[in-house]
Amino acid sequence: MTIQNDVPITAELIKAHGLKPDEYQRILDLVGREPTFTELGIFSAMWNEHCSYKSSKKWLKTLPTRGERVIQGPGENAGVVDIGDGDCVVFKMESHNHPSYIEPYQGAATGVGGILRDVFTMGARPVAAMNALRFGAPDHPKTRHLVSGVVSGVGGYGNSFGVPTVGGEVNFDPRYNGNILVNAFAAGLAKTDAIFLSEAKGVGLPVVYLGAKTGRDGVGGATMASAEFDDKIEEKRPTVQVGDPFTEKCLLEACLELMASGAVIAIQDMGAAGLTCSAVEMGAKGDLGIELDLDRVPVREERMSAYEMMLSESQERMLMVLKPEKEEEAEAIFRKWGLDFAIVGKTTDDLRFRILHQGQEVANLPIKDLGDQAPEYDRPWTEPTPRAPLAKDDIPQADVADALLKLLGGPDLSSRRWVWEQYDTMIQGNSLQRPGGDGGVVRVEGHDTKALAFSSDVTPRYCEADPFEGGKQAVAECWRNLTATGALPLAATDNLNFGNPERPEIMGQLVKAIQGIGEACRALDFPIVSGNVSLYNETNGQGILPTPTIGGVGLIDDWAKMARSGFAAEGEMILLVGAPDWWGTHLAQSIYMRDLHGRTDGPPPPVDLAHERKVGDYVRKLIRSGVATAVHDVSDGGLGVALAEMAMASGIGATVNQLNNGDPIPQFFGEDQGRYLVTLNIDPQGEDFNAMLAEQKQLGIFAPWIGSTGGTALKLGEARAIAVADLKAAHEGWFPAFMAGELAS
Amino acid sequence: MIKARVIVTLKNGVLDPQGKAIEGALGGLGFDGVGSVRQGKVFDVELSSTDAANAEAEIKAMCDKLLANTVIENYSVTLI
Amino acid sequence: MKSAVVLLPGLNRDRDMIAALTKISGKAPVTVWQTDTDIPDVDLIVIPGGFSYGDYLRCGAIAARMPVLKAVAEKAAKGVQVIGVCNGFQILVEAGLLPGALMRNTSLKFVCREVKLQVTNANTAFTRGYTQNQIIRCPVAHHDGNYFADTDTLSRLEGEGQVVFRYAEGTNPNGSLNDIAGIVSKDGNVLGMMPHPENLIEAAHGGSDGRALFESALGLKTAA
Repeated sequence: MTIQNDVPITAELIKAHGLKPDEYQRILDLVGREPTFTELGIFSAMWNEHCSYKSSKKWLKTLPTRGERVIQGPGENAGVVDIGDGDCVVFKMESHNHPSYIEPYQGAATGVGGILRDVFTMGARPVAAMNALRFGAPDHPKTRHLVSGVVSGVGGYGNSFGVPTVGGEVNFDPRYNGNILVNAFAAGLAKTDAIFLSEAKGVGLPVVYLGAKTGRDGVGGATMASAEFDDKIEEKRPTVQVGDPFTEKCLLEACLELMASGAVIAIQDMGAAGLTCSAVEMGAKGDLGIELDLDRVPVREERMSAYEMMLSESQERMLMVLKPEKEEEAEAIFRKWGLDFAIVGKTTDDLRFRILHQGQEVANLPIKDLGDQAPEYDRPWTEPTPRAPLAKDDIPQADVADALLKLLGGPDLSSRRWVWEQYDTMIQGNSLQRPGGDGGVVRVEGHDTKALAFSSDVTPRYCEADPFEGGKQAVAECWRNLTATGALPLAATDNLNFGNPERPEIMGQLVKAIQGIGEACRALDFPIVSGNVSLYNETNGQGILPTPTIGGVGLIDDWAKMARSGFAAEGEMILLVGAPDWWGTHLAQSIYMRDLHGRTDGPPPPVDLAHERKVGDYVRKLIRSGVATAVHDVSDGGLGVALAEMAMASGIGATVNQLNNGDPIPQFFGEDQGRYLVTLNIDPQGEDFNAMLAEQKQLGIFAPWIGSTGGTALKLGEARAIAVADLKAAHEGWFPAFMAGELAS
Repeated sequence: MIKARVIVTLKNGVLDPQGKAIEGALGGLGFDGVGSVRQGKVFDVELSSTDAANAEAEIKAMCDKLLANTVIENYSVTLI
Repeated sequence: MKSAVVLLPGLNRDRDMIAALTKISGKAPVTVWQTDTDIPDVDLIVIPGGFSYGDYLRCGAIAARMPVLKAVAEKAAKGVQVIGVCNGFQILVEAGLLPGALMRNTSLKFVCREVKLQVTNANTAFTRGYTQNQIIRCPVAHHDGNYFADTDTLSRLEGEGQVVFRYAEGTNPNGSLNDIAGIVSKDGNVLGMMPHPENLIEAAHGGSDGRALFESALGLKTAA
């Protein structure tokens, strides 16, 4: 049934639109009368959490967003960072959590489609994608179905569109049982003098609709993304959008062709709350009004109401303001690519957002107020309770070799090959490092030596135990992963996933995590240039683990000197750069404690940001000088797991000493931060090595020589040697067995 | 106007991995006694023609030329 | 030698292919669009990989019915060399320029990884740069690469030496009959293959095993 515009506005209807009574009062004050049904829908779309950031804005403003290389910070479709020679990298990460839980294939696919559109809307050709995925417990009845659907959805869209997936994360935790996370990252390359923004310019210019037709899919999607789930979730299925990567690929080529023709004044993709958000944004940013005539919108369903058209989240659509004299040329380009093209309105000078439908004015609202006057909350929050450190002698024991095999063959540390082999990781022919290492690396097309490194990181269990340190750690680990390839980290995007911000303890997590992120970004010169907030990730009052995902980009000047994580040769010395005296000390919140002993008490490992930066800068120097032959950051699972990963990546084993008269458990499984494993091709008796030691001493970096590469087994201290083939079998075995349903639950 | 329904199925002997997977899934859901499942496609086509014989011939031509890959697929046409 | 690359909406390894041909021959290929009915005089026509027309209906089915494919078929009939890679292979098969069909991978999943190929006929215009039975590395990235042909066709292909690449060392990624990865037409001037030699032609790709194929086809290499 078609919904008409004369639906009476009742308290129930207001509530159903996610608007609180005081918010509705604000609408009445702004409009000076009762809103129409369409207007109510528009307000609900613009003022929900997803579009307005009303709970997080106050805190997001505290993040560092500027830097020497930053061309465009948050507020546009994506951030833009200068990489020299007239080129820039355009990138962003965005969540598609709620839709992916309801319909995993389409939810994930349209998440990928949305983020790719954000990037090419700015004039960039997408060159890399990553996906940070969090699922519930492996033995939860829905998990396998969700993993399977999300992974094939990510692949189905990205592979067809033609962007290489070069990295990402997949983790499991019961706290995501009712709310999975799908955080999609995309990056593109553009010329610094050809960046396109959403700000409309000029009065009386045509507003052009292009791309796919509008249907009823996703009506109210942004409102759903801002609501908690309950047991009635199955009923929400009709709002799911369906992705069409073929149309999106055509849209990409058409947009880039159109931009090159000089016809585009402003462009905005229709994402959340489609036509509403995009039109308001273009007008409000350019201090212009917008008038839309809905009778001219290409539709694929009959009898659509104004309300439905304004809130539809049909995919693969764009709104543009074009130079009138180029209209014909523009239309020819879109016809060539088989896309719909229609002039649906014009810019005006009255700062009103006016919607006409079937000869009626169905909405007439102040355009600036729709965005600027959105409610902004200073929600009450409570300081998270610090966790008491573990007692010094609280070191639960296990056989080091057995523990290593168990960790490598467990849900969180096992190989993700099952996942990334379903993604095209090689398309475009520029992938220098594919998933499985520290960061993905893609060379810059048209340049002989330059490459970009990408990494996505966060350790949610650290954030749960201490949101501030967890926020810091997410940034530091991302920065570290980029550094481990030899890249200079340039900037990052943040995707903040939390529970219900109306609960003070959840709001406290958000506030402290943002503060931690800000502190780390400032200390590491790693500004946040784009991002997205996803709140209300809660089911029946149980929130997810706080998950502020950080997606970072780094620049490699000469990829011939880039570092990889696999051991490069036999007989090379292994240094643990940035180690504390005992190599590893911090067991609380480690995967070892959780998976071997079922313990999640204690604080996460702290990040010393000054030390982090000093060590990272030093490691990058080693890589760029050519002396480092392999580099790997030490993170989840500690030293033992990092060494095993280096061995498995190359097939070359290693023998690692063990410090005397102490406990090997924290040495091999502690998760102290700011550490890198570096192998060197250097004569330990030679002058170069002595010079290196002198430099380390002068910098105050402890970099013990912990062992050497060689053989076909990994021997950690006194523990029994494990053949690299056995490590691999454990590491590669878990995921396929899990997905085949062969694991006992 | 004439409406036609085209059903495209895999020829016998052509492996159908999707059908096999569905077969397995049905077994997993407790539907015993499922002999085999073969997946196919259905197309509903509307023609402006009013001549049934012509319409059927035209649809068959469409099948041969595009809707079915006769290397691996069979098709049947029903006017509805 | 001159080459042309066929462009169709939804293809997405066209840029990879153009880059490979340019790097290897030193000359950018000309491009032809879906609606072109005429292909310039070239020695080699390449249909790259991707998802032409979304791979809706069947992989390659809609592309095979476009005007440009008719032009490709005319050129092929005159002896011009044609290579179809991945979606290009699917299109050639749908267009009837090569026998058989490419079906969904037996895993039902898209697969992107490196495999080993055996050059089972090094006596073609496309493979003369390799040695007979040479094992080479090559990436694959596809959802529907499971080669199928009826028994008669299969034995004819095998008997006439039309199977030129076979997945080797247990690396068949898709369930293809007889481990078939690539075949040539009866006249030997049309090659279809699922793997992507254009993604393994230089140091940045981690190897250059795919190079000899293009060098052979472009007449730059006449023996291994």
